[in-house]
Amino acid sequence: MRNRNFRLRIVATLVYAFLYIPLVIVVAYSFNNSRLNAEWVGFTLFWYETLFNNKEMLVAARNSLIIALSASILATALGTMAGLAIHRYKLKVLPIIVLSPVATPEILLGVSLLLFFLQVLNLTLGMISIIIAHTTFCIGFVAIIVRSRLQGMDWSIFEAARDLGASPWQCFHLITLPLIMPAVVAGALMSFTLSIDDFVITFFTKGVGEPILPIQIYTMIKTAVTPEVNAISTLLMLLTLAMIIIATKLDSGVLRGEVSR
Amino acid sequence: MALLEIRNVTRCFGDFTAVNNVNITIETGEFFTLLGPSGCGKTTLLRMIAGFDLPDSGQILLDGINILGIPPEKRPIHTVFQSYALFPHMTVAGNIAFPLKMAGKMPDEIKSRVKESLENVRLTNFADRFPHELSGGQKQRVAFARGLINHPRLLLLDEPLGALDAKLREEMQIELVNLQQEAGVTFVFVTHAQNEALALSHRIAVMNHGNVEQIDQPSKIYSFPRNRFVASFIGKTNMMDVQVLEATSSHLKLIVAGLGEITTPSKEGVQVGDSGTMIIRPEQVQIQPYSKEAEVKDHFRGIVHDYLYVGDVTTYIVELVNGIRIEALLPNSTPGRVKFFEVGDSVLITWRHDASTFLND
Repeated sequence: MRNRNFRLRIVATLVYAFLYIPLVIVVAYSFNNSRLNAEWVGFTLFWYETLFNNKEMLVAARNSLIIALSASILATALGTMAGLAIHRYKLKVLPIIVLSPVATPEILLGVSLLLFFLQVLNLTLGMISIIIAHTTFCIGFVAIIVRSRLQGMDWSIFEAARDLGASPWQCFHLITLPLIMPAVVAGALMSFTLSIDDFVITFFTKGVGEPILPIQIYTMIKTAVTPEVNAISTLLMLLTLAMIIIATKLDSGVLRGEVSR
Repeated sequence: MALLEIRNVTRCFGDFTAVNNVNITIETGEFFTLLGPSGCGKTTLLRMIAGFDLPDSGQILLDGINILGIPPEKRPIHTVFQSYALFPHMTVAGNIAFPLKMAGKMPDEIKSRVKESLENVRLTNFADRFPHELSGGQKQRVAFARGLINHPRLLLLDEPLGALDAKLREEMQIELVNLQQEAGVTFVFVTHAQNEALALSHRIAVMNHGNVEQIDQPSKIYSFPRNRFVASFIGKTNMMDVQVLEATSSHLKLIVAGLGEITTPSKEGVQVGDSGTMIIRPEQVQIQPYSKEAEVKDHFRGIVHDYLYVGDVTTYIVELVNGIRIEALLPNSTPGRVKFFEVGDSVLITWRHDASTFLND
């Protein structure tokens, strides 16, 4: 028994090492006083300084923040409604419609959205098209989280509210919304995280002109991998990590909800 | 005019008829109970009165007005749910104040009425607690207070005592009756526990498979059940298959196969030759040791087959000569006495004619 535990622990350690060592290296070399990601020379904040003087990078960051904020707000509103509807009306099709973008390969979603924008909507690609695209795939995540929160709740609470004199709207904003709020906020943070570092769908639905952060990073790597890329990656990592930690703190069912979809 | 009138209400779910052509009239101030096994349609009926479900046909009138088109929040009817359904994000005071807030009462009035209500249910010190910090009995009292605070015309109670343990249940039953009398609100109480229904209600409607089997006062339901279902569902009962030998205005003479003749009170519409069931409650059956001299008319010989001691009383199961087993109940009024008879003892049983009832098939 003890022996088996020991082996399990080694396997687990190796898996985590495999996952996290590259990330640790990226972070470490963002402080390396050398142009090359090859050997450790000394500590510096020079690359962060360069980053903050890089106009295009700042514009890309601003664009990405705008997209992530807009998409997460839209996706949270729509996803919450979808989650409530899935829980309330036991329709078989609804969960499939709402949740399939979560499971669809990103490349497929990207291509189909591109075709949809160009051929059906006749939309000029740009910030708007990216926001719509990101909203599309974030709705499913919010819906999953909201529904998993509702599943653990006693439905008679909502009937009691109506019974005691609350209109459907009063019932929603006095009872339902406060009770699902942790899930709604968690869903919003999750959407923000998914949106800000999305590459594939953004790549297909972006226009020419405005730089977007993940695409910008990719472009930089194509020319040369400078520690500036490490620096921006580190910052991005910190931001998403913070979001996920807050999300899981708010609703411990967030991660479980994702698995049980 | 009756307070609540349920007229020819039917509700089906697919092929299943949950409520079948039910007619019930409830008067103001009554403690009315819907009693029946699970799946008998009592909760469905309650949900239709509250407004969470609609009948397929029939009417529900409150003060003579059809309320079927009115949404639950507009009906002057409140519900106490089985799970209590307290709002987990609101304090005790917040929960109790909720109906008043929804009714648009002024903050001063809300405050004083909540205070009064908290005193009524002895929860003044718990006003700022959240539901998860309360015991089962306390949650229960909050649910009652919340249901009653805005003086509904009708309070519906859906098995509200179901989740409590036996001791607390008994305490809450007394509290419930007191609350009803103080508030002067009409109660419609749903339960599957027959003793609870008998103890609390002014009148009981016994339901089975969506039908109302009998509506009457508890003592009438218990003493004069209308059919086999009511007789067997309410309390314990002995049943014997019988045939009518003689039917007069004063009595019925019945024949029990392998046992002999027995007499029961007369009943309208019974014909000679009818077959049916004779019922007699265990506490009405008298039991005595067998002796040749005592074996006179209406006394039946049997052997003690088994007994069950439950503290206050002992139930003896007596097997008669025709193989029928009759339960007889004896109070253990002598201190320390567990039983009067042993298994295998020869005994005689008898009962007063007017304690038994004949039921047509």
